Amino acid sequence: MIAGAASAHRDDLDVIRTEVRRLADKYGCEYWRGLEPDRYPEEFVADLTTHGWLGALIPEEYGGGGLDLTGASVILEEVSASGGNPAACHAQMYVMGTLLRHGSEEQKQRYLPRIASGDLRLQAFGVTEPAAGSDTGSIRTRAVRDGDVWRVNGQKIWTSRAMYSDLMVLLARTMPAEECERHTDGLSVFLVEMRDDAGELVPGLSINPIPTMMNHNTTEVFFDDLELPADALVGTEGMGFRHVLDGMNAERILIASECIGDGRFFLERASAYASERTVFGRPIGANQGVQFPLAKAYANLQAADLMRYRAAELFDAGRPCAAEANMAKMLASEASWAAGNAALDTHGGFGFAVEYDIERKLRETRLYQVAPVNNNLVLAFLGEKVLGMPKSY
Amino acid sequence: MNVVVCVKQIPDPADPGALDPETRTLKRDVKLILDESDSYGVEMGLQLVDAAGEGEVRLVSMAPNNEVSGLRTALAMGAESAVLVSDEALAGSDALSTAKVLAAAIARCEPDLVLAATESSDGYTGTVPVQVAELMDLPSVTFGKEITVEGGTATVKRQTEAGYDEVECPLPCVVSVTAGVVEPRYPSFKGIMAAKNKPVEELDLAGLGIDPTTVGWAGARQEITEIAEAPAREAGEVIVDEGDAHERILAFLDDLKVL
Repeated sequence: MIAGAASAHRDDLDVIRTEVRRLADKYGCEYWRGLEPDRYPEEFVADLTTHGWLGALIPEEYGGGGLDLTGASVILEEVSASGGNPAACHAQMYVMGTLLRHGSEEQKQRYLPRIASGDLRLQAFGVTEPAAGSDTGSIRTRAVRDGDVWRVNGQKIWTSRAMYSDLMVLLARTMPAEECERHTDGLSVFLVEMRDDAGELVPGLSINPIPTMMNHNTTEVFFDDLELPADALVGTEGMGFRHVLDGMNAERILIASECIGDGRFFLERASAYASERTVFGRPIGANQGVQFPLAKAYANLQAADLMRYRAAELFDAGRPCAAEANMAKMLASEASWAAGNAALDTHGGFGFAVEYDIERKLRETRLYQVAPVNNNLVLAFLGEKVLGMPKSY
Repeated sequence: MNVVVCVKQIPDPADPGALDPETRTLKRDVKLILDESDSYGVEMGLQLVDAAGEGEVRLVSMAPNNEVSGLRTALAMGAESAVLVSDEALAGSDALSTAKVLAAAIARCEPDLVLAATESSDGYTGTVPVQVAELMDLPSVTFGKEITVEGGTATVKRQTEAGYDEVECPLPCVVSVTAGVVEPRYPSFKGIMAAKNKPVEELDLAGLGIDPTTVGWAGARQEITEIAEAPAREAGEVIVDEGDAHERILAFLDDLKVL
């Protein structure tokens, strides 16, 4: 089995790795293949939830596991490395971070224990809009105070897992941009209870699935005079952009970890295949043209993994880690993609055959060069914020 | 009801290391894990305690190097505590020495029921459970596939080639549990975290009152005279269907006594 980088070696991480992998291996690639094109892995998610893995980041006083982000990242890495796709449920781990850091004690007591137990699924993060993209300050979804309630109108896109979520963290404009000093001011975070007692969507909320090249259960969400109680507001009115921003580092580190797991999957499969598959009288892995791309992909994956651990360690220490978290996501997504392409080349025609899982995993890992932030925007951030160059966009 | 489950920590079968050419035994200086064969006994013990509504599962293990990682796995499944006998003089222990040590450790726990795997995945002697029972002067039942306990009696469905026998046995007793008869639970994250703080009592031979010259290499009654590579797997038999393939497959399976 191909191991990740040795940094952050801890006995507890070894145990987590072993047990999550055992649970994930119970499902195996055939399960994930069978979900295509768009079935949600309800059985797997329920199993992960029951065993406490998705509530791992929630503090113990709210019924969670109290694990740090480094440990949580190992959970998702192992699901990926097993051939699974943790995108179906990774948000249940980290979306609650906004509530945890900025919610009132009453909100935390009300929701976090039920999120930890899996009774409530909080895995929809409504930020991106069709006309705004990565320019979050330009979102148009409005929440207007009307007496005791907020009324929300607008639209979100690429809101993944909304069909399988009970709660949504929603970013909406509560003050017109023209009245704000900066265009990222005047945004607020709301915790939306999406369903009624019967499990149906509440009035004013509708969801359209968006079929994509991989099984990702993403959607567009429409708000048509959705009524929210006053206490749905999380944190300080107008400070929503900052409230969601600090959760994004966690998201990027976790996504990086998933990519590391993808890369390990590709390299384990490809190196085994290259050693077994004999053509012209010898294993194809004896040819440098096959062997070197895999070796290079391994080196790049290890390097990205080191950055992932560095970012996670900074996050867990409560230190600034925006640059490291973004770099980890960028490097890991590129490394897993390179590993996937090398695996595809190694497998030849069989790599395109569905039953080999290479093509599926390649589709899944490709997403992370674009989401949750485009790698070009990572470069723009590094150029401007780290290297001090002029803003490039 | 208090159940003791004997568990063995073995080199990971996925990365088993090597045989020591001098002692002709498996090198055990690698990280050890819970023998999967024992996870069935742990699961059965937990189910029996759940059914009884009281009591606990306690683990008893023996290892030469204070290794506990395999025990932590079983503790994460739900066992309450463990006793680990660890002593340098235990290196090289044969089955009977192992049984002696386990019996002495189990006796301290005063269990109602002792469970063990039918055999370990590294040694495969398959004799330790009955030896433990004999040394403790307890009745034993082998190849248990289902156990129920009522009053002072265990009723065991004992797997046989033809099906199963139902055996009644007074408590306390020793039952060896056949692999695969229950689905061992996966440890939860909280279980793993809780296992870190569960007590593992570490004992040496002196603590058990066992003379070190009667166990380990010094007291071994078994001798490994030769080790050899396992024979390579033979090519399978290819059955080409000429209209009678199903009959030939049935005959093949019948010969294997798997039907």
